[in-house]
Amino acid sequence: MKQKPSRGKGGKSRIDKKESKWAYIKKNYVLYLFLLPAVLLVFIFNYIPMYGVLIAFQDFSVTKGIFGSDWVGLDHFRSFLTSPNFIRIFMNTIKLSVYGLIIGFPVPIILALMLNQVRRMNIKKNIQLVIYAPHFISTVVIVGMLFIFLSPAGPINALITQFTGNPVSFLSDPAYFRTIFITSGIWQGAGFSSIVYVAALSNADPQLHDAATLDGASLLQRIWHIDVQVIKPIMAVLFILAIGGIMGVGFEKAYLLQTDMNIPASEIIDTYVYKRGLLAGDWSFGAAVGLFNTVIGLILLVIANTVVKRLNGETLY
Amino acid sequence: MARHSLINNSPVDRLILFVNKVLLVLIVLAVIVPIAYVLIGSFLKPNILLNQGISFNPDHWTLDGYRRIFEDGSIVRGFLNSVFYASGFTFVAVVFTVLAGYSLSVETLVGKKVITIFFLFAMFFNGGMIPTYLVVRNLGMLNTPWAIILPGAVGVWNIILTRTFFKGVPNELKEAAQIDGASDLKIFLSVILPLSKPIIFVIALFAFIGQWNSYFNAMIYLDDQSLYPLQLVLREILVQNEVPPGMIADQLARAEMQRIAEMIKYSSIVVASLPLMVMYPFFQKYFEKGVMVGSLK
Repeated sequence: MKQKPSRGKGGKSRIDKKESKWAYIKKNYVLYLFLLPAVLLVFIFNYIPMYGVLIAFQDFSVTKGIFGSDWVGLDHFRSFLTSPNFIRIFMNTIKLSVYGLIIGFPVPIILALMLNQVRRMNIKKNIQLVIYAPHFISTVVIVGMLFIFLSPAGPINALITQFTGNPVSFLSDPAYFRTIFITSGIWQGAGFSSIVYVAALSNADPQLHDAATLDGASLLQRIWHIDVQVIKPIMAVLFILAIGGIMGVGFEKAYLLQTDMNIPASEIIDTYVYKRGLLAGDWSFGAAVGLFNTVIGLILLVIANTVVKRLNGETLY
Repeated sequence: MARHSLINNSPVDRLILFVNKVLLVLIVLAVIVPIAYVLIGSFLKPNILLNQGISFNPDHWTLDGYRRIFEDGSIVRGFLNSVFYASGFTFVAVVFTVLAGYSLSVETLVGKKVITIFFLFAMFFNGGMIPTYLVVRNLGMLNTPWAIILPGAVGVWNIILTRTFFKGVPNELKEAAQIDGASDLKIFLSVILPLSKPIIFVIALFAFIGQWNSYFNAMIYLDDQSLYPLQLVLREILVQNEVPPGMIADQLARAEMQRIAEMIKYSSIVVASLPLMVMYPFFQKYFEKGVMVGSLK
């Protein structure tokens, strides 16, 4: 973020500048009052918890508070990293989000490129309207629908039993967890995520397509050399953001989809934090695991940003 | 649309375009069929639904699922709670965000850089679930609506969005008002606010929908069932398979109870999702607008 020097008074002395700053604040105090509520809420619900993360290095007890609790250094991190669960939970998190990203990221882009070929505007609008719909269904309802459709007595198993005779235990078999999670995610989100690409594509210069067609470019060549190039910058930014979000993968849905039996695939870091930290009251351990997760996420974000910048010249910050 | 000119496509291109159309039809069907299945299923008698699936025979239809939902209080109360939470959350989000976004859009604001960094840092780093929970707890907000309405209401991303929007307001408008001797407050109320309806609408829409559909904060912050928002009530019915006893109390046979519970799942999905499903088509253009403002940074 580049800013112009706030006021073009180059020749004045330092003190003058300071005074004029105070004068400015005094005169425009309303602007600062406007900022106050937002600053306050962000301070309370974002910054105080950042300070509260210190409990990750303590044996925090609610009665003693942050000041009175004993410090244990990196003990909680050590016990998490060396626990037999660690590798499994960590890999579950990574697999769920990386597979989800690889499979899910291109879908809205392809959808937008497909929609862009629809000539009749009203048809295009109507298709969009339909494919947005699942975005407005809540996570709880989506999971509820999955339970209905995939249960042993549900319609999908009714179809399967007609052919094979045996129902598939989709919801309890860990082998199906990721597929269900990712597929339902695409069903719910891909249409709505395509909005931004569709909008960018409709801003592309139509004369480019005409010129390319005259030069004998095929449809696929035009899509690749014109349409894809138009949306590349947006793809880059969204990709960086997606990488940054890898560690925060859809916890709300994962938790709902968890059954006692699919835990081997469905336990991810965030569900583990919730259960150990909040449900079992192991505050410090939960905070430590959460902090570990945040830090990995931040590192991934920075790496992705650097790589994309090198390749593409696009950057997030 | 003018972009497709009169120049003819080659046969291969026309084939691709045809396949494209077929695929789009299939995609639309893939979206509609599951939704339609639940909608139709919610009107079917439970034994029909479970034994033979979807039926269009009017003798097989019933409103029993809906009757049971509305006679029992839990879903209705959850619905009303959700209206309250989502409205409160949206109010806080819109007012706080727009005020802050406006101030940050003023080019000359002293300290703008520091305040912007203050907000941006909070976007990339957070304390996590446990420390945030402890803050809410220490503030005495557990088991109160505040725990749902306040945390997360001010989104940094939304502040940046509004700031970008306000930056697009021509400076001349503000300057003209300043020359007339208007105060900051007056400029904001009489010049800026009337122009910012689209951005207010976009933020309100996303805040309301987000809150309406979320369950997680309510799950960790609320114990008292009478405070439960709709999504938590739904979670009990759909995910935990615990239909409120009042809805099936008239049944004695366990098997029949289970069948009716299954039907109630369908109807409660419809009751919970219908409001947004009916409303979102009217707001379509605002979603597109909102997403575009966001992508411009």
